[in-house]
Amino acid sequence: MDSPTPDAPLPPFEVLVSRHGAAVLRVCRALVGVTDADDVWQETFLAALRSYPSSGGVRNREAWLVTIARNKAVDHHRRNARVPEPVENTGDGTPAGGDDVVRSVEAGDTAGRVWAALGQLPRMQREAVVYHHLAGLRHAEVARLLGNSEAAARRASSEGMKSLRALLVPGGKGLRSGRDD
Amino acid sequence: MTELKLPDELASLADGEEAATERLAAALARAAAEDGLLDVAYRVVDSPVGPLLLAGTDAGLVRVAFAREGHDAVLQQLSASVSPRVLRAPARLDGIARELDEYFAGRRRTFDLPLDLRLAGGFRREVLAHLPEIGYGHTASYAAVAALTSSPRAVRAVGTACARNPLPLVVPCHRVVRSDGSQGAYLGGTEAKAWLLALEASAAAA
Repeated sequence: MDSPTPDAPLPPFEVLVSRHGAAVLRVCRALVGVTDADDVWQETFLAALRSYPSSGGVRNREAWLVTIARNKAVDHHRRNARVPEPVENTGDGTPAGGDDVVRSVEAGDTAGRVWAALGQLPRMQREAVVYHHLAGLRHAEVARLLGNSEAAARRASSEGMKSLRALLVPGGKGLRSGRDD
Repeated sequence: MTELKLPDELASLADGEEAATERLAAALARAAAEDGLLDVAYRVVDSPVGPLLLAGTDAGLVRVAFAREGHDAVLQQLSASVSPRVLRAPARLDGIARELDEYFAGRRRTFDLPLDLRLAGGFRREVLAHLPEIGYGHTASYAAVAALTSSPRAVRAVGTACARNPLPLVVPCHRVVRSDGSQGAYLGGTEAKAWLLALEASAAAA
């Protein structure tokens, strides 16, 4: 992991983009859907670049980026809540009115099915799976993001993966099961 | 950093993300430039003397580096001494890339793009300012260059200034040779120096 000593010189920002760009994109896709993820990714890295020179005290730069991405995703949802939701029926049986992830699914592709399944997890499980398994953060860092304990973050992540597997079994329980929030 | 291994169930989510990230990184460099947040733009170009790192600021070209200097190390130095807001932004260095192509093809004798000499201070900068006076296809000894400066006996310091030239090729330290006529050391290696002097000699004679 990168855990620089406080006085270590900052690496060129490009290093953060090339090292963490893909993981942050996965987080953005999970939080706001594939379609809007590009915008949120840009907002995340622009904000990070803006405050980068004064970020010398940041111990884990990936966790720092994921935190910014999470805040930008919240802003994004807040903005969208103010404008009328576009009526959009994908026609593939995914539940309407649910997560952005579900709406962004394109029928038929595997990744789309997985994004949709992720979108069906309870929020805590979904975020724990995304930050730990998709972004590679340790459970302790996930706990800081979720505001719970390391043990709770670990549990949410493992329960999330279990629910996800159940959702993805061919001919399995379908997308609605596992939803309890 | 080791590559994160995604669980099998999630592996498909990474499909095509490399291309997506590359596209986003390019868009980020453009947006950063528009917002005044791109302090150091860089790219790497191929050349007859190996891959060259080109880096620029708003003021002009700030660094040209040979592969043997270690491009990652040079970028780290730029991050520490200019600004950590360093991004790969090839388009911002199109001008110098084109001029270098022409130079290596023997079609260009001087460079006329703005230079940012902030990485060379004091006497080193004075030395660099005199190097363009050595014409294309010619050489001068370290002692002869020292004679042009405010410290005509500082021959050794001229050697240091050349060895630490932040803008090799563009500021022609390769034209400075030893008094005994041998070529002497070079940032890009002695082979590169010989190649450049041969290029200039043949193009100047043509």
